Amino acid sequence: MREITLSKAVNEALAEEMRRDETVFIIGEDVAEAGTPFKVLSGLVEEFGTQRVIDTPIAEPGFMGLAVGAAMTGARPVVDLMFGDFLFLIMDQLCNQAAKIHYMSGGKLNVPLVVRTNLGATRRSAAQHSQSLHALVAHIPGLKVALPSSAYEAKGLLKTAIRDNNPVVIFEDKLMYNDKAPVPEEEYLIPFGEAAVLRDGTDITLIGTSSMVQVCQKAAEILAAEGISAEVIDPRTIVPLDEAALLKSARKTSRVIVVDEGHQSFGITGEIAGRINEKAFYHLDAPVLRMGAMDVPVPFSPALEDITVPTPEAVAANARKLMSGEMIDAA
Amino acid sequence: MADSKTNTEAYLRMYRQMVRIRTFEDNANQLYLSAKMPGLTHMYSGEEAVAVGICEALTDNDRITSTHRGHGHCVAKGAEFQQMFCELLGKEEGYCRGKGGSMHIADQSHGNLGANAIVGGSMGIATGAALRAKMQGADDVTVCFFGDGATAQGLLYEVMNMAALWKLPVIYACENNGYSEYTKTDEIAAGKITARAEAFGIEAFEVDGQDVLAVNDLATKLVARARKGEGPFFVELKTYRYHGHHVGDINREYYRSKEEEQDWKANRDPIIRFRSWLVEQGVASEDEIEAMNAEVKADAAAAVDYAIAAKYPEAHEVDMHVFTDIEHVLA
Ligand SMILES: Cc1ncc(C[n+]2csc(CCOP(=O)(O)OP(=O)(O)O)c2C)c(N)n1
Ligand SMILES: [Mg+2]
Repeated sequence: MREITLSKAVNEALAEEMRRDETVFIIGEDVAEAGTPFKVLSGLVEEFGTQRVIDTPIAEPGFMGLAVGAAMTGARPVVDLMFGDFLFLIMDQLCNQAAKIHYMSGGKLNVPLVVRTNLGATRRSAAQHSQSLHALVAHIPGLKVALPSSAYEAKGLLKTAIRDNNPVVIFEDKLMYNDKAPVPEEEYLIPFGEAAVLRDGTDITLIGTSSMVQVCQKAAEILAAEGISAEVIDPRTIVPLDEAALLKSARKTSRVIVVDEGHQSFGITGEIAGRINEKAFYHLDAPVLRMGAMDVPVPFSPALEDITVPTPEAVAANARKLMSGEMIDAA
Repeated sequence: MADSKTNTEAYLRMYRQMVRIRTFEDNANQLYLSAKMPGLTHMYSGEEAVAVGICEALTDNDRITSTHRGHGHCVAKGAEFQQMFCELLGKEEGYCRGKGGSMHIADQSHGNLGANAIVGGSMGIATGAALRAKMQGADDVTVCFFGDGATAQGLLYEVMNMAALWKLPVIYACENNGYSEYTKTDEIAAGKITARAEAFGIEAFEVDGQDVLAVNDLATKLVARARKGEGPFFVELKTYRYHGHHVGDINREYYRSKEEEQDWKANRDPIIRFRSWLVEQGVASEDEIEAMNAEVKADAAAAVDYAIAAKYPEAHEVDMHVFTDIEHVLA
């Protein structure tokens, strides 16, 4: 199968959906000629024109609001939010408006829009350009949240997001834009709420999201060399969450580590650990461990930044502790 | 220091400060190109007369808020090369102990409340500093630097309204360098920028941002008036950035021609212009100016060497400074 970058996969998904449905349009900063700072959208304005690939002023709450209104009245906007950190600027339009309109209208109004944004640290971009804020939107009922972990997922999930009749926030990992993965030529969709088991194992389950899927896979390799068989699962969407797949694996292996790049406290890892605890408790041989980004703003200095994010070595070390029955310091 | 610049010493200081900014940026760019600097940075080169003309009208007690393109403001407000380069390289002796980096340099000792990686993010901060001055009967003035692109942020209009209602001692300094990232200003700004301030009854001015004397003259008058409670004011400074949007923006002919860049550099350079004025007026000889340039260059080279050799923060600093009253938040 051909291999393409995550960036190209996103670009293809948008182009295919825009060809299929003329109500789909892109709106955001420097999306047209510049094709975004990450060059993800290069070529789209040439095919679809400036009417459907719309450059905006630096006015995030404004263009997010426009997207909500357009979505409610028959269009399918794909909002390009240059950095996930800018979610804080659009929160009212996204969380008070888009997320609640279908419910508040008793099911009469729909808001079929997508916010494409990103997450991930270790790019030396400091505290306001490095956050992984997906937990924040996952907390709000009415928003679906997708976390692609490779080019393949990025394309399939984005196409599904665009066809979904609800507001969807999709987070790409900035560090992965140039990573290649096999992506079929022929069309495919990835349904929401279906986890992918990326590696079968029997001793321990590593649940990883987005940027942390590769970390879990590398950790599984380290562990395999030591005779520990780790299963690796990627939920792919956290709202909806494929709880059944996660529980099935937890029951099978009896030990689980959840790894996510959002801050560890009050985050995705705690949510998933909580559900496993509630529903698979009697199958567990060890407490479910959470591994998130350190609970500090992301520091600029490489000497500090690198220690704020879970690494394969750290995941493997925790897995060993769970295997040996060593008590884990919850801090 | 806050009087109009009519003496030799002040002229030479302004010249020197402009050269210091240009030299700082040349070195920062070199650090990026030689892969010695983590991350990216936004160069202030070409805009020196704006920061220097304004900051020379301020005392250490007056505050500024800065932007992602903030090295110029930082130098002009009195910062030292050594601590600035250390910050750019993420070293412990940097102004922010390596935690902030280029986009977050703050220099409390000279009243620089900080650069900001959120476009428009400092408009509330600047206006709040002015509110405090008024409430407490202090006579300091705050200058809020921001770009033409930032005028698209709604926050500006919320805070200008309050500043005008309450006559706050704040000066909004819009550095119009013709571009907002990869887009020309006239494609993202409707109407006249100064008219927006005027709509709130704020006196607004336009000035040639390549003419340090014109900038300083206007700034001196407005600062004096703001101190007396006659503020707020709005100034649009017409200027130009010589480099790309950031150091990595090398191939930019698709949005800005080489001829245009050449024209600004050759015919409107703020340093060349002021230098010939100084010589014409007999304030300094060519030789004296060359000697000053050489001295600044040597200072910068020494500071760069120092910063490269300086140490990174210790790992245990990572969870310090999250809160004022908890030394290590994760201990
Ligand atoms: C809220 C927000 N939106 C978008 C960005 C990305 N961004 C960084 S600088 C910039 C352009 C700013 O233009 P302008 O205000 O004119 O300043 P200049 O870079 O020209 O100095 C953009 C869009 C950001 N940092 N923050
Ligand atoms: Mg600009």
